[in-house]
Amino acid sequence: MPIEKFTTLVSTCVPLPAENVDTDQIIPARFLKATSREGFGENLFRDWRYDHAGRPRKDFVLNDERYGGEIMVAGKNFGSGSSREHAAWAIKDYGFRVVVSSFFADIFRNNALNNGLLPVQVTGDFLSLLFNRIERDPRVTVRVDLEKQAVSLEGEGVSENFEISAYKKKCLLNGYDDIDYLLSMKERITEWEQKREL
Amino acid sequence: MSSKTIFDKIWDDHVVSTVPEGPDVLYIDRHFIHEVTSPQAFGGLKRRGIKVFRPDKTVATADHNVPTTSQHLPIQEELSRVQVEKLAENCSEHNIALYGLNHPYNGIVHVIGPELGITQPGMTIVCGDSHTSTHGAFGCIAFGIGTSEVEMVLAGQCIMQSRPKTMRINIDGIPGQGVTSKDIILYIISQISTGGATGYFVEYSGKAVRSLSMEARMTICNMSIEMGARGGLIAPDEVTYEYLRGREFAPAGKEFDRHVERWKKLGSDSDARFDRELFFEAADIEPMITWGTNPGMGIPVTAPIPGKDETGNTSEASFRKSLDYMGFNPGEPMAGKKVDYVFVGSCTNGRIEDLRSFAQFVKGRKKAEGVTAWIVPGSRQVEKQAAGEGIKDILEEAGFELRQPGCSACLAMNEDKIPEGKYAVSTSNRNFEGRQGPGARTMLASPLTAAAAAITGVVTDPREFL
Ligand code: SF4
Repeated sequence: MPIEKFTTLVSTCVPLPAENVDTDQIIPARFLKATSREGFGENLFRDWRYDHAGRPRKDFVLNDERYGGEIMVAGKNFGSGSSREHAAWAIKDYGFRVVVSSFFADIFRNNALNNGLLPVQVTGDFLSLLFNRIERDPRVTVRVDLEKQAVSLEGEGVSENFEISAYKKKCLLNGYDDIDYLLSMKERITEWEQKREL
Repeated sequence: MSSKTIFDKIWDDHVVSTVPEGPDVLYIDRHFIHEVTSPQAFGGLKRRGIKVFRPDKTVATADHNVPTTSQHLPIQEELSRVQVEKLAENCSEHNIALYGLNHPYNGIVHVIGPELGITQPGMTIVCGDSHTSTHGAFGCIAFGIGTSEVEMVLAGQCIMQSRPKTMRINIDGIPGQGVTSKDIILYIISQISTGGATGYFVEYSGKAVRSLSMEARMTICNMSIEMGARGGLIAPDEVTYEYLRGREFAPAGKEFDRHVERWKKLGSDSDARFDRELFFEAADIEPMITWGTNPGMGIPVTAPIPGKDETGNTSEASFRKSLDYMGFNPGEPMAGKKVDYVFVGSCTNGRIEDLRSFAQFVKGRKKAEGVTAWIVPGSRQVEKQAAGEGIKDILEEAGFELRQPGCSACLAMNEDKIPEGKYAVSTSNRNFEGRQGPGARTMLASPLTAAAAAITGVVTDPREFL
């Protein structure tokens, strides 16, 4: 079952400088009761986005009309805590295709990649620069080029390379899915099981 | 032959193949599932038109959103009920063993795996839940996965995973009186931060770890994820074998001895190399409590809340945000802070030993007025044992009530939510904003410290009563 391909994206950004954003903030547990993958975007950052009466909190970035786009730029150690894949689903469902941070939690990184959401890890300096520029001008655009593994600030000539495993890169560029790969190996797995029994 | 860590031995033993320039295809011995992170995985199988590949290697339980009272009645909350029913449907369609609500084996997934002897040394274990690291206490590679990966394991009994780096954390010496394994792990996380072990798989070793019971070891491994680690494990020893002997799904008779011989070879070789090694002294550790909104924000219960400069590399904004949420200020002592709720339970501290230590503490004392306490056993078996041992009576005499098993206020997906702005001393594992209910303020601590808070109504050093 193919996942959405990713090649290059040029977009404005949504800045979220908070550090250690955990998956309980991204999507609180009480919204994990669905049995399908769709619709989680509505509750993305629910308790930061809305007050108890369900009114949008003006000071939260997703309610700030100046900011928009398909790239979220987030503070370090993004996605820690619970393994809930609903966090990646919610971010993707909301409309983001890339999350840029200086550090990602392991499980979140895997979950994102498995859903065609690209985690781009940059240096702390580059991250500060991004926050700085976006704050000054919310219209600045960032280019993420997966083939070149490069992220750059358009029109400024500043760019940085990011790491991604060669395998995951191939999957994203071509829209391949891990499970298809595994399913193609079933015989091999069965052989391995039998050998192990001996 | 080069020398190996226990992690390397188990990992290498499970690699079916390696994708060129990519991850290993790792065979999974045991797969646990629950109602919240599995429905979309079964949905995926359906879309692909395939069945579960090895249904006998998956075990299911309902735990995350079940009520902790009146479990004999249908679940009131509709969405929760639908999830639990969906799990039952999926399990019966795919022939998976389900220990659902009211089954004598029902309970929190990380409590029942070990207590039933399903969890054994040398295995690879996964579950769509980050605290799967708990099972590492038995000397196995156990880690949490996302729902796409749950689908992957259901589809092919393997997971594609790149090999993490290895870290060894040595804790030497013997912990002082009133210092529990919960304090040890909260201390370590406070020292290395919530991202301190990201990218690593941790082995815990040293005299302090060896001195601990299986249950206490599980508490340590459980919270490995709170420092970012992929998982944590402890090499098996006599304590492990004794715990497993005679358990429902553990090997029996001669077969058991044969397994023990094999398990004895699992430990890291004496000259094995780790990518990183850390050393701590048990004597430096005191009963701990958290003051902020992540598990790395822990201090001795006797200490004042630190200032920004003592908290390492947290930014000023994040530090302030935490304190504002908690309603605390730097320099204030934690001891004496008012407590509205006490929660004892979860896969971190909801086992029989935890209930025992809580009960022993409150025995002959009375719950403080104004404190609401939820004592939630981790499983049906723990519940039964607590009744059998007289723990239930002790609790009731002291003004506490034993509820029915489930994750409960650990993540507040059921009705057990701490109200907005209220303070809870909790034996669970996460103090994130809203984790125990919108606006709830959580202070993580051991069952002993929770007991001290429950009878005084304020944050209290449990050693004052020992
Ligand atoms: S008790 Fe808490 S941490 Fe453990 S499995 Fe349940 S929700 Fe997760």
